Amino acid sequence: MSAVYSLIIVLALVLVAVVGAGGGGLHALFGVVIPYVAFVVFLAGFIYRVINWAKSPVPFRIPTTAGQQESLKWIKQNKLDNPSTTWGVIGRMVLEILFFRSLFRNTKMQLKVNGGPSLSYGSSKFLWVGAIVFHYCFFIILLRHGRFFTDPVPGCIEWLDKLDSILQIGVPNIYITEFLIVGALLYLFLRRVCDSKLRYISLPADYFPLFLIMAIVITGILMRYFIRTDIVAAKDLIMGLVTLHPKVPETLGTIFYVHVFLVSILMAYFPWSKLMHAGGIFLSPTRNLANNNRMKRHINPWNYPVKLHTYEEWEDEFRDVLKEAGIPVEKE
Amino acid sequence: MYDKDKIIPGLIIFFFLITFPLWYNLGQAAYESPKPKLPVNVKKCIEDTEWMRANHMELLNEWRDMVVRHDMTHYVNSAGVNYEISLQKTCMKCHTSKKEFCDKCHVKVSVSPYCWDCHVAPEEVTNGQ
Ligand code: HEC
Ligand code: HEC
Ligand code: HEC
Repeated sequence: MSAVYSLIIVLALVLVAVVGAGGGGLHALFGVVIPYVAFVVFLAGFIYRVINWAKSPVPFRIPTTAGQQESLKWIKQNKLDNPSTTWGVIGRMVLEILFFRSLFRNTKMQLKVNGGPSLSYGSSKFLWVGAIVFHYCFFIILLRHGRFFTDPVPGCIEWLDKLDSILQIGVPNIYITEFLIVGALLYLFLRRVCDSKLRYISLPADYFPLFLIMAIVITGILMRYFIRTDIVAAKDLIMGLVTLHPKVPETLGTIFYVHVFLVSILMAYFPWSKLMHAGGIFLSPTRNLANNNRMKRHINPWNYPVKLHTYEEWEDEFRDVLKEAGIPVEKE
Repeated sequence: MYDKDKIIPGLIIFFFLITFPLWYNLGQAAYESPKPKLPVNVKKCIEDTEWMRANHMELLNEWRDMVVRHDMTHYVNSAGVNYEISLQKTCMKCHTSKKEFCDKCHVKVSVSPYCWDCHVAPEEVTNGQ
Protein backbone atom coordinates (compact mmCIF):
# COMPACT_ATOMS: atom_id res chain seq x y z
CA MET A 1 0.00 0.00 0.00
CA SER A 2 2.81 2.41 0.91
CA ALA A 3 4.38 1.76 -2.46
CA VAL A 4 1.13 2.42 -4.27
CA TYR A 5 0.56 5.71 -2.45
CA SER A 6 4.06 6.86 -3.27
CA LEU A 7 3.72 5.88 -6.88
CA ILE A 8 0.43 7.76 -7.16
CA ILE A 9 2.02 10.87 -5.65
CA VAL A 10 4.95 10.77 -8.06
CA LEU A 11 2.65 10.23 -11.04
CA ALA A 12 0.49 13.11 -9.83
CA LEU A 13 3.58 15.32 -9.70
CA VAL A 14 4.45 14.37 -13.27
CA LEU A 15 0.92 15.17 -14.27
CA VAL A 16 1.08 18.56 -12.55
CA ALA A 17 4.13 19.46 -14.61
CA VAL A 18 2.67 18.08 -17.84
CA VAL A 19 -0.56 20.02 -17.38
CA GLY A 20 1.04 23.15 -15.95
CA ALA A 21 4.02 23.55 -18.23
CA GLY A 22 2.77 21.62 -21.24
CA GLY A 23 -0.94 22.40 -21.37
CA GLY A 24 -1.00 25.62 -19.38
CA GLY A 25 2.26 26.97 -20.74
CA LEU A 26 3.35 28.21 -17.31
CA HIS A 27 7.01 28.09 -18.36
CA ALA A 28 8.22 30.88 -16.10
CA LEU A 29 6.61 29.21 -13.09
CA PHE A 30 8.03 25.75 -13.78
CA GLY A 31 11.34 26.88 -15.21
CA VAL A 32 12.24 29.76 -12.89
CA VAL A 33 10.02 30.33 -9.85
CA ILE A 34 9.69 26.74 -8.63
CA PRO A 35 13.40 25.88 -9.08
CA TYR A 36 14.44 29.02 -7.21
CA VAL A 37 12.02 28.39 -4.35
CA ALA A 38 13.04 24.74 -4.17
CA PHE A 39 16.72 25.62 -4.06
CA VAL A 40 16.24 28.13 -1.26
CA VAL A 41 14.15 25.61 0.70
CA PHE A 42 16.85 23.01 0.18
CA LEU A 43 19.69 25.25 1.31
CA ALA A 44 17.89 26.79 4.27
CA GLY A 45 16.33 23.48 5.31
CA PHE A 46 19.65 21.67 5.16
CA ILE A 47 21.39 24.26 7.31
CA TYR A 48 18.46 24.39 9.72
CA ARG A 49 18.49 20.62 10.20
CA VAL A 50 22.23 20.50 10.81
CA ILE A 51 22.13 23.35 13.32
CA ASN A 52 19.17 21.75 15.01
CA TRP A 53 21.12 18.53 15.41
CA ALA A 54 24.14 20.42 16.65
CA LYS A 55 22.01 21.80 19.46
CA SER A 56 21.61 18.40 21.08
CA PRO A 57 24.46 17.56 23.43
CA VAL A 58 26.10 14.20 22.91
CA PRO A 59 28.08 13.86 26.12
CA PHE A 60 28.85 10.18 26.10
CA ARG A 61 31.14 8.39 23.74
CA ILE A 62 29.54 5.20 22.55
CA PRO A 63 31.98 2.37 23.19
CA THR A 64 29.98 -0.55 21.80
CA THR A 65 30.96 -0.17 18.18
CA ALA A 66 31.83 -3.52 16.73
CA GLY A 67 35.46 -3.64 17.67
CA GLN A 68 37.81 -3.93 20.62
CA GLN A 69 38.31 -0.61 22.32
CA GLU A 70 41.68 0.60 23.51
CA SER A 71 42.46 -1.29 26.69
CA LEU A 72 45.48 -2.97 28.23
CA LYS A 73 48.66 -3.11 26.22
CA TRP A 74 48.47 -6.78 25.26
CA ILE A 75 44.88 -6.55 24.03
CA LYS A 76 44.85 -5.56 20.39
CA GLN A 77 42.70 -2.54 19.70
CA ASN A 78 40.57 -2.34 16.56
CA LYS A 79 41.78 1.09 15.54
CA LEU A 80 39.31 1.68 12.73
CA ASP A 81 36.12 0.36 14.25
CA ASN A 82 36.77 1.63 17.72
CA PRO A 83 39.24 4.48 17.47
CA SER A 84 40.49 6.41 20.45
CA THR A 85 42.22 9.20 18.55
CA THR A 86 41.08 11.92 16.17
CA TRP A 87 42.99 10.34 13.28
CA GLY A 88 41.29 7.05 13.96
CA VAL A 89 37.93 8.80 13.85
CA ILE A 90 38.83 10.47 10.57
CA GLY A 91 39.74 7.05 9.19
CA ARG A 92 36.42 5.63 10.31
CA MET A 93 34.47 8.56 8.86
CA VAL A 94 36.27 8.37 5.51
CA LEU A 95 35.54 4.65 5.23
CA GLU A 96 31.95 5.25 6.21
CA ILE A 97 31.30 8.15 3.85
CA LEU A 98 33.25 6.98 0.82
CA PHE A 99 32.82 3.23 1.12
CA PHE A 100 29.75 2.68 3.34
CA ARG A 101 31.64 0.45 5.74
CA SER A 102 28.68 -0.09 8.05
CA LEU A 103 26.63 -1.47 5.19
CA PHE A 104 29.55 -3.58 4.09
CA ARG A 105 29.42 -5.30 7.46
CA ASN A 106 25.76 -6.10 6.97
CA THR A 107 24.89 -9.64 7.94
CA LYS A 108 21.94 -11.86 7.31
CA MET A 109 20.54 -14.23 9.86
CA GLN A 110 19.39 -17.66 8.74
CA LEU A 111 17.66 -20.41 10.61
CA LYS A 112 18.28 -23.84 9.14
CA VAL A 113 15.76 -26.41 10.34
CA ASN A 114 16.56 -29.70 8.67
CA GLY A 115 18.83 -31.80 10.83
CA GLY A 116 18.01 -29.85 13.98
CA PRO A 117 17.64 -26.08 14.11
CA SER A 118 20.82 -24.12 13.59
CA LEU A 119 21.18 -20.39 13.48
CA SER A 120 23.82 -18.89 11.25
CA TYR A 121 24.91 -15.41 10.32
CA GLY A 122 26.26 -14.84 6.86
CA SER A 123 27.70 -11.84 5.15
CA SER A 124 25.17 -10.04 2.93
CA LYS A 125 26.71 -7.67 0.45
CA PHE A 126 23.86 -7.06 -1.99
CA LEU A 127 22.56 -4.05 -0.17
CA TRP A 128 26.04 -2.61 -0.03
CA VAL A 129 26.55 -3.12 -3.76
CA GLY A 130 23.17 -1.60 -4.59
CA ALA A 131 23.75 1.36 -2.33
CA ILE A 132 27.26 2.12 -3.48
CA VAL A 133 26.35 1.86 -7.16
CA PHE A 134 23.34 4.09 -6.66
CA HIS A 135 25.16 6.75 -4.67
CA TYR A 136 28.20 6.99 -6.92
CA CYS A 137 26.06 7.09 -10.05
CA PHE A 138 23.92 9.82 -8.55
CA PHE A 139 27.04 11.75 -7.64
CA ILE A 140 28.60 11.42 -11.10
CA ILE A 141 25.33 12.36 -12.79
CA LEU A 142 25.06 15.41 -10.57
CA LEU A 143 28.60 16.49 -11.45
CA ARG A 144 28.05 15.77 -15.14
CA HIS A 145 25.12 18.17 -15.13
CA GLY A 146 27.71 20.81 -14.32
CA ARG A 147 28.07 21.24 -18.09
CA PHE A 148 24.73 23.04 -18.09
CA PHE A 149 25.57 25.17 -15.06
CA THR A 150 28.97 26.54 -16.02
CA ASP A 151 30.40 28.52 -18.89
CA PRO A 152 33.07 27.78 -19.91
CA VAL A 153 32.67 24.19 -18.78
CA PRO A 154 35.56 23.24 -16.45
CA GLY A 155 37.90 20.60 -17.80
CA CYS A 156 37.16 18.12 -15.04
CA ILE A 157 33.44 18.06 -15.88
CA GLU A 158 34.17 17.63 -19.58
CA TRP A 159 36.54 14.84 -18.67
CA LEU A 160 33.99 13.13 -16.43
CA ASP A 161 31.41 13.34 -19.21
CA LYS A 162 33.83 11.73 -21.67
CA LEU A 163 34.68 8.99 -19.23
CA ASP A 164 31.02 8.23 -18.56
CA SER A 165 30.28 7.97 -22.29
CA ILE A 166 33.50 6.14 -23.11
CA LEU A 167 31.66 3.18 -24.61
CA GLN A 168 30.67 5.45 -27.55
CA ILE A 169 27.52 3.49 -28.20
CA GLY A 170 24.78 5.26 -30.13
CA VAL A 171 24.23 8.91 -30.89
CA PRO A 172 24.12 10.68 -28.49
CA ASN A 173 26.52 8.36 -26.68
CA ILE A 174 24.94 6.41 -23.87
CA TYR A 175 26.26 6.99 -20.38
CA ILE A 176 27.38 4.06 -18.26
CA THR A 177 25.87 5.59 -15.12
CA GLU A 178 22.40 5.70 -16.68
CA PHE A 179 22.23 1.94 -16.86
CA LEU A 180 23.80 1.40 -13.49
CA ILE A 181 21.52 3.81 -11.66
CA VAL A 182 18.37 2.30 -13.16
CA GLY A 183 19.57 -1.15 -12.15
CA ALA A 184 20.48 -0.03 -8.65
CA LEU A 185 17.16 1.74 -8.13
CA LEU A 186 15.26 -1.31 -9.33
CA TYR A 187 17.20 -3.48 -6.91
CA LEU A 188 16.63 -1.09 -4.01
CA PHE A 189 12.93 -1.10 -4.80
CA LEU A 190 12.57 -4.84 -5.30
CA ARG A 191 14.51 -5.47 -2.11
CA ARG A 192 11.74 -3.71 -0.23
CA VAL A 193 8.84 -5.45 -1.93
CA CYS A 194 10.19 -8.97 -2.25
CA ASP A 195 11.28 -9.50 1.34
CA SER A 196 8.19 -9.70 3.55
CA LYS A 197 10.04 -8.43 6.63
CA LEU A 198 11.32 -5.41 4.75
CA ARG A 199 7.96 -4.82 3.15
CA TYR A 200 6.41 -4.71 6.58
CA ILE A 201 8.72 -1.98 7.84
CA SER A 202 8.71 0.08 4.64
CA LEU A 203 6.82 3.34 4.76
CA PRO A 204 5.70 5.73 2.07
CA ALA A 205 8.70 7.82 3.10
CA ASP A 206 10.90 4.94 1.92
CA TYR A 207 9.20 4.42 -1.41
CA PHE A 208 8.56 8.03 -2.33
CA PRO A 209 12.22 9.08 -2.72
CA LEU A 210 12.91 5.91 -4.70
CA PHE A 211 10.09 6.59 -7.12
CA LEU A 212 10.89 10.27 -7.32
CA ILE A 213 14.52 9.63 -8.21
CA MET A 214 13.46 6.92 -10.63
CA ALA A 215 11.09 9.39 -12.31
CA ILE A 216 13.89 11.94 -12.57
CA VAL A 217 16.19 9.36 -14.14
CA ILE A 218 13.51 8.21 -16.58
CA THR A 219 12.60 11.73 -17.70
CA GLY A 220 16.30 12.48 -18.13
CA ILE A 221 16.85 9.41 -20.29
CA LEU A 222 13.72 10.16 -22.31
CA MET A 223 14.92 13.71 -22.89
CA ARG A 224 18.32 12.59 -24.09
CA TYR A 225 17.34 9.73 -26.37
CA PHE A 226 13.65 9.66 -27.10
CA ILE A 227 11.72 12.89 -26.65
CA ARG A 228 14.51 15.25 -27.57
CA THR A 229 14.38 18.89 -26.84
CA ASP A 230 16.55 21.87 -27.65
CA ILE A 231 19.52 21.41 -25.32
CA VAL A 232 21.02 24.77 -26.23
CA ALA A 233 17.82 26.42 -25.01
CA ALA A 234 17.98 24.32 -21.85
CA LYS A 235 21.42 25.69 -21.16
CA ASP A 236 20.14 29.23 -21.82
CA LEU A 237 17.47 28.76 -19.18
CA ILE A 238 19.81 27.21 -16.63
CA MET A 239 22.53 29.79 -17.15
CA GLY A 240 19.87 32.45 -16.72
CA LEU A 241 19.04 30.91 -13.35
CA VAL A 242 22.60 30.65 -12.08
CA THR A 243 23.62 34.14 -13.23
CA LEU A 244 20.43 35.51 -11.63
CA HIS A 245 19.19 36.86 -14.96
CA PRO A 246 16.40 34.37 -15.54
CA LYS A 247 15.00 34.04 -19.02
CA VAL A 248 12.59 31.58 -20.50
CA PRO A 249 13.39 30.25 -23.97
CA GLU A 250 10.37 29.33 -26.04
CA THR A 251 11.65 26.23 -27.74
CA LEU A 252 11.90 23.97 -24.69
CA GLY A 253 9.75 20.87 -24.64
CA THR A 254 7.42 19.83 -21.83
CA ILE A 255 9.74 16.94 -20.96
CA PHE A 256 12.35 19.43 -19.80
CA TYR A 257 9.90 21.11 -17.43
CA VAL A 258 8.76 17.77 -16.05
CA HIS A 259 12.37 16.82 -15.37
CA VAL A 260 13.13 20.14 -13.70
CA PHE A 261 9.91 20.08 -11.68
CA LEU A 262 10.71 16.65 -10.28
CA VAL A 263 14.22 17.78 -9.39
CA SER A 264 12.74 20.83 -7.66
CA ILE A 265 10.44 18.59 -5.64
CA LEU A 266 13.42 16.45 -4.67
CA MET A 267 15.36 19.51 -3.53
CA ALA A 268 12.50 20.90 -1.50
CA TYR A 269 11.71 17.49 0.01
CA PHE A 270 15.30 16.63 0.81
CA PRO A 271 15.89 18.43 4.14
CA TRP A 272 12.66 17.14 5.69
CA SER A 273 13.12 13.51 4.78
CA LYS A 274 15.34 10.53 5.41
CA LEU A 275 17.51 11.81 2.58
CA MET A 276 19.04 14.13 5.15
CA HIS A 277 21.34 11.24 6.02
CA ALA A 278 23.62 13.01 3.55
CA GLY A 279 24.25 15.60 6.23
CA GLY A 280 23.44 13.36 9.16
CA ILE A 281 26.22 10.90 8.48
CA PHE A 282 28.73 13.57 9.47
CA LEU A 283 26.95 13.99 12.77
CA SER A 284 26.35 10.39 13.78
CA PRO A 285 27.69 9.92 17.31
CA THR A 286 28.56 6.26 16.84
CA ARG A 287 30.85 7.23 13.98
CA ASN A 288 32.34 10.62 14.75
CA LEU A 289 33.32 10.39 18.39
CA ALA A 290 36.57 8.83 19.53
CA ASN A 291 36.09 6.22 22.22
CA ASN A 292 38.38 7.83 24.78
CA ASN A 293 36.12 7.34 27.79
CA ARG A 294 38.96 5.79 29.71
CA MET A 295 41.43 8.58 29.09
CA LYS A 296 39.32 11.69 29.28
CA ARG A 297 36.54 12.85 31.52
CA HIS A 298 33.49 13.91 29.54
CA ILE A 299 31.28 16.15 31.59
CA ASN A 300 27.58 15.96 31.05
CA PRO A 301 26.58 19.41 29.78
CA TRP A 302 23.16 19.28 31.38
CA ASN A 303 24.59 18.73 34.83
CA TYR A 304 23.52 21.58 37.11
CA PRO A 305 25.07 22.39 40.50
CA VAL A 306 23.27 20.06 42.89
CA LYS A 307 22.10 21.61 46.16
CA LEU A 308 23.79 19.71 48.96
CA HIS A 309 22.69 19.24 52.53
CA THR A 310 25.62 17.71 54.46
CA TYR A 311 25.39 15.71 57.66
CA GLU A 312 26.93 18.56 59.62
CA GLU A 313 24.26 20.93 58.39
CA TRP A 314 21.57 18.39 59.17
CA GLU A 315 22.93 17.89 62.67
CA ASP A 316 23.03 21.65 63.20
CA GLU A 317 19.43 21.82 62.17
CA PHE A 318 18.20 19.09 64.51
CA ARG A 319 20.79 19.19 67.32
CA ASP A 320 18.32 20.15 70.01
CA VAL A 321 15.85 17.45 69.10
CA LEU A 322 18.58 14.84 68.78
CA LYS A 323 19.97 15.68 72.20
CA GLU A 324 16.55 15.66 73.74
CA ALA A 325 15.97 12.18 72.43
CA GLY A 326 19.34 11.08 73.76
CA ILE A 327 20.86 10.34 70.38
CA PRO A 328 24.63 10.94 70.27
CA VAL A 329 25.74 13.88 68.16
CA GLU A 330 29.18 14.54 66.76
CA LYS A 331 29.45 18.17 67.79
CA GLU A 332 28.21 19.23 71.18
CA MET B 1 24.97 24.82 19.76
CA TYR B 2 27.76 22.34 20.42
CA ASP B 3 30.96 21.81 18.41
CA LYS B 4 30.63 25.18 16.73
CA ASP B 5 34.25 25.00 15.60
CA LYS B 6 33.42 22.00 13.42
CA ILE B 7 29.79 22.58 12.46
CA ILE B 8 30.19 26.14 11.20
CA PRO B 9 33.17 25.46 8.89
CA GLY B 10 31.37 22.33 7.69
CA LEU B 11 28.26 24.30 6.82
CA ILE B 12 30.32 26.99 5.10
CA ILE B 13 32.03 24.36 2.94
CA PHE B 14 28.64 22.83 2.16
CA PHE B 15 27.26 26.24 1.21
CA PHE B 16 30.08 27.01 -1.19
CA LEU B 17 29.99 23.58 -2.79
CA ILE B 18 26.28 23.66 -3.34
CA THR B 19 26.29 27.21 -4.75
CA PHE B 20 29.29 26.46 -6.97
CA PRO B 21 27.52 27.45 -10.22
CA LEU B 22 26.50 30.80 -8.72
CA TRP B 23 29.99 31.99 -7.89
CA TYR B 24 31.81 30.13 -10.65
CA ASN B 25 29.97 32.20 -13.25
CA LEU B 26 30.13 35.38 -11.23
CA GLY B 27 33.19 37.17 -12.57
CA GLN B 28 32.43 36.40 -16.18
CA ALA B 29 30.54 38.29 -18.82
CA ALA B 30 26.86 37.47 -19.01
CA TYR B 31 26.10 34.13 -20.61
CA GLU B 32 25.47 34.32 -24.30
CA SER B 33 23.59 31.75 -26.22
CA PRO B 34 25.74 30.29 -29.01
CA LYS B 35 25.17 31.85 -32.42
CA PRO B 36 26.18 29.41 -35.12
CA LYS B 37 26.85 31.06 -38.46
CA LEU B 38 23.94 30.11 -40.67
CA PRO B 39 24.26 29.57 -44.42
CA VAL B 40 23.55 32.73 -46.42
CA ASN B 41 22.46 31.52 -49.82
CA VAL B 42 19.96 28.88 -48.71
CA LYS B 43 16.95 29.31 -46.47
CA LYS B 44 16.00 25.82 -45.40
CA CYS B 45 17.75 23.00 -43.64
CA ILE B 46 17.03 19.40 -44.45
CA GLU B 47 14.19 19.31 -42.01
CA ASP B 48 12.41 21.97 -40.04
CA THR B 49 14.99 24.17 -38.19
CA GLU B 50 13.43 23.64 -34.77
CA TRP B 51 13.49 19.90 -35.28
CA MET B 52 17.08 20.00 -36.54
CA ARG B 53 18.26 21.86 -33.46
CA ALA B 54 17.06 19.08 -31.19
CA ASN B 55 17.38 16.05 -33.44
CA HIS B 56 20.25 16.54 -35.88
CA MET B 57 22.34 13.86 -34.17
CA GLU B 58 19.47 11.43 -34.55
CA LEU B 59 19.25 12.24 -38.25
CA LEU B 60 22.98 11.76 -38.69
CA ASN B 61 22.81 8.45 -36.91
CA GLU B 62 19.97 7.35 -39.15
CA TRP B 63 21.92 8.48 -42.21
CA ARG B 64 24.94 6.56 -41.15
CA ASP B 65 22.92 3.40 -40.69
CA MET B 66 21.22 3.89 -44.04
CA VAL B 67 24.55 4.10 -45.85
CA VAL B 68 26.67 1.70 -43.89
CA ARG B 69 24.10 -0.94 -43.08
CA HIS B 70 21.34 -0.69 -45.67
CA ASP B 71 23.15 0.51 -48.76
CA MET B 72 20.84 3.50 -49.23
CA THR B 73 22.54 6.62 -50.51
CA HIS B 74 19.64 9.03 -50.72
CA TYR B 75 17.32 10.54 -48.17
CA VAL B 76 13.96 12.08 -48.92
CA ASN B 77 12.93 14.66 -46.37
CA SER B 78 9.43 15.36 -45.12
CA ALA B 79 8.90 17.91 -47.88
CA GLY B 80 9.85 15.36 -50.54
CA VAL B 81 13.25 16.83 -51.48
CA ASN B 82 15.91 14.27 -52.25
CA TYR B 83 19.36 14.59 -50.63
CA GLU B 84 22.50 12.61 -51.13
CA ILE B 85 23.38 11.12 -47.77
CA SER B 86 26.71 12.47 -46.64
CA LEU B 87 27.98 14.26 -43.62
CA GLN B 88 30.82 15.85 -45.52
CA LYS B 89 29.23 16.45 -48.87
CA THR B 90 25.68 17.41 -47.84
CA CYS B 91 25.62 18.92 -44.35
CA MET B 92 28.94 20.61 -44.81
CA LYS B 93 28.11 21.92 -48.27
CA CYS B 94 25.61 24.33 -46.75
CA HIS B 95 27.21 24.57 -43.33
CA THR B 96 30.59 25.34 -44.74
CA SER B 97 32.48 25.68 -41.50
CA LYS B 98 32.63 23.20 -38.67
CA LYS B 99 34.21 25.77 -36.37
CA GLU B 100 31.69 28.49 -37.04
CA PHE B 101 28.67 26.22 -37.03
CA CYS B 102 28.78 22.85 -35.32
CA ASP B 103 31.44 23.73 -32.76
CA LYS B 104 29.72 26.94 -31.71
CA CYS B 105 26.92 24.99 -30.05
CA HIS B 106 28.92 21.96 -29.10
CA VAL B 107 31.52 23.87 -27.13
CA LYS B 108 28.79 25.57 -25.13
CA VAL B 109 27.21 22.32 -24.02
CA SER B 110 30.50 20.47 -23.87
CA VAL B 111 29.91 17.77 -26.46
CA SER B 112 32.60 16.83 -28.92
CA PRO B 113 31.24 14.29 -31.38
CA TYR B 114 33.94 11.80 -32.23
CA CYS B 115 32.72 11.76 -35.84
CA TRP B 116 35.57 14.07 -36.84
CA ASP B 117 38.15 11.49 -35.85
CA CYS B 118 37.45 10.01 -39.27
CA HIS B 119 35.27 12.39 -41.22
CA VAL B 120 37.05 15.41 -42.57
CA ALA B 121 35.80 18.84 -41.65
CA PRO B 122 35.65 21.30 -44.56
CA GLU B 123 38.06 23.91 -43.28
CA GLU B 124 40.83 21.43 -42.83
CA VAL B 125 40.59 20.64 -46.53
CA THR B 126 40.94 24.27 -47.60
CA ASN B 127 43.75 24.84 -45.16
CA GLY B 128 45.57 21.81 -46.44
CA GLN B 129 45.44 22.94 -50.06
C1 HEC C 1 21.98 24.70 -32.44
C2 HEC C 1 23.20 24.21 -31.92
C3 HEC C 1 23.88 23.06 -32.63
C4 HEC C 1 24.44 23.05 -33.89
C5 HEC C 1 24.48 24.21 -34.87
C6 HEC C 1 24.97 21.74 -34.09
N1 HEC C 1 24.74 20.96 -33.00
FE1 HEC C 1 25.23 19.01 -32.82
N2 HEC C 1 24.51 19.02 -30.92
C7 HEC C 1 23.93 20.09 -30.29
C8 HEC C 1 23.63 19.73 -28.93
C9 HEC C 1 22.98 20.63 -27.90
C10 HEC C 1 24.05 18.41 -28.76
C11 HEC C 1 24.06 17.57 -27.48
C12 HEC C 1 22.78 17.00 -27.04
C13 HEC C 1 22.98 16.34 -25.71
O1 HEC C 1 23.84 16.75 -24.94
O2 HEC C 1 22.24 15.43 -25.43
C14 HEC C 1 24.58 17.99 -30.04
C15 HEC C 1 25.04 16.71 -30.29
C16 HEC C 1 25.52 16.29 -31.48
C17 HEC C 1 25.96 14.95 -31.76
C18 HEC C 1 25.93 13.79 -30.76
C19 HEC C 1 27.17 13.89 -29.95
C20 HEC C 1 27.27 12.98 -28.77
O3 HEC C 1 28.32 12.36 -28.65
O4 HEC C 1 26.36 12.96 -27.95
C21 HEC C 1 26.39 14.93 -33.06
C22 HEC C 1 26.93 13.73 -33.82
C23 HEC C 1 26.24 16.26 -33.59
N3 HEC C 1 25.70 17.06 -32.61
C24 HEC C 1 26.58 16.62 -34.88
C25 HEC C 1 26.51 17.93 -35.34
C26 HEC C 1 27.06 18.36 -36.61
C27 HEC C 1 27.75 17.46 -37.58
C28 HEC C 1 26.80 19.68 -36.68
C29 HEC C 1 27.20 20.63 -37.81
C30 HEC C 1 26.71 20.30 -39.11
C31 HEC C 1 26.09 20.09 -35.52
N4 HEC C 1 25.93 18.98 -34.71
C32 HEC C 1 25.63 21.35 -35.27
C33 HEC C 1 23.69 21.34 -30.82
C34 HEC C 1 24.08 21.74 -32.08
C1 HEC D 1 35.98 5.05 -37.22
C2 HEC D 1 35.83 6.12 -38.15
C3 HEC D 1 34.45 6.80 -38.18
C4 HEC D 1 33.85 7.47 -37.16
C5 HEC D 1 34.36 7.73 -35.77
C6 HEC D 1 32.60 7.94 -37.70
N1 HEC D 1 32.45 7.55 -39.01
FE1 HEC D 1 30.89 7.93 -40.18
N2 HEC D 1 31.69 6.81 -41.65
C7 HEC D 1 32.91 6.19 -41.56
C8 HEC D 1 33.08 5.37 -42.75
C9 HEC D 1 34.30 4.52 -43.07
C10 HEC D 1 31.92 5.54 -43.53
C11 HEC D 1 31.57 4.88 -44.86
C12 HEC D 1 31.78 5.78 -45.99
C13 HEC D 1 31.20 5.14 -47.26
O1 HEC D 1 30.83 3.97 -47.23
O2 HEC D 1 31.14 5.87 -48.23
C14 HEC D 1 31.08 6.47 -42.81
C15 HEC D 1 29.85 6.93 -43.27
C16 HEC D 1 29.06 7.82 -42.61
C17 HEC D 1 27.88 8.42 -43.16
C18 HEC D 1 27.28 8.22 -44.51
C19 HEC D 1 28.20 8.53 -45.66
C20 HEC D 1 28.87 9.88 -45.65
O3 HEC D 1 29.66 10.16 -46.55
O4 HEC D 1 28.65 10.67 -44.78
C21 HEC D 1 27.38 9.26 -42.20
C22 HEC D 1 26.12 10.12 -42.30
C23 HEC D 1 28.25 9.16 -41.08
N3 HEC D 1 29.26 8.29 -41.35
C24 HEC D 1 28.04 9.85 -39.90
C25 HEC D 1 28.88 9.75 -38.81
C26 HEC D 1 28.61 10.38 -37.56
C27 HEC D 1 27.38 11.25 -37.25
C28 HEC D 1 29.61 10.06 -36.73
C29 HEC D 1 29.79 10.49 -35.27
C30 HEC D 1 28.73 10.15 -34.38
C31 HEC D 1 30.53 9.22 -37.47
N4 HEC D 1 30.04 9.04 -38.72
C32 HEC D 1 31.69 8.69 -36.97
C33 HEC D 1 33.82 6.26 -40.56
C34 HEC D 1 33.57 6.84 -39.32
C1 HEC E 1 20.43 22.78 -48.18
C2 HEC E 1 21.39 23.31 -47.27
C3 HEC E 1 21.49 22.61 -45.92
C4 HEC E 1 21.85 21.31 -45.70
C5 HEC E 1 22.18 20.24 -46.71
C6 HEC E 1 21.89 21.16 -44.28
N1 HEC E 1 21.51 22.33 -43.67
FE1 HEC E 1 21.35 22.62 -41.66
N2 HEC E 1 20.59 24.46 -42.00
C7 HEC E 1 20.50 25.07 -43.23
C8 HEC E 1 19.93 26.38 -43.06
C9 HEC E 1 19.65 27.38 -44.16
C10 HEC E 1 19.66 26.53 -41.67
C11 HEC E 1 19.04 27.74 -40.98
C12 HEC E 1 17.54 27.62 -41.05
C13 HEC E 1 16.86 28.80 -40.42
O1 HEC E 1 17.47 29.82 -40.24
O2 HEC E 1 15.68 28.60 -40.09
C14 HEC E 1 20.10 25.31 -41.03
C15 HEC E 1 19.99 25.05 -39.67
C16 HEC E 1 20.56 23.97 -39.05
C17 HEC E 1 20.58 23.74 -37.63
C18 HEC E 1 19.96 24.65 -36.58
C19 HEC E 1 20.89 25.80 -36.29
C20 HEC E 1 20.26 26.85 -35.41
O3 HEC E 1 21.02 27.67 -34.91
O4 HEC E 1 19.05 26.80 -35.18
C21 HEC E 1 21.26 22.59 -37.41
C22 HEC E 1 21.56 21.96 -36.08
C23 HEC E 1 21.62 22.07 -38.68
N3 HEC E 1 21.19 22.92 -39.67
C24 HEC E 1 22.30 20.88 -38.89
C25 HEC E 1 22.46 20.28 -40.10
C26 HEC E 1 22.96 18.94 -40.28
C27 HEC E 1 23.44 18.03 -39.16
C28 HEC E 1 22.92 18.68 -41.61
C29 HEC E 1 23.29 17.38 -42.32
C30 HEC E 1 22.52 16.24 -41.87
C31 HEC E 1 22.41 19.86 -42.26
N4 HEC E 1 22.14 20.80 -41.32
C32 HEC E 1 22.26 19.98 -43.64
C33 HEC E 1 20.88 24.53 -44.45
C34 HEC E 1 21.27 23.24 -44.65
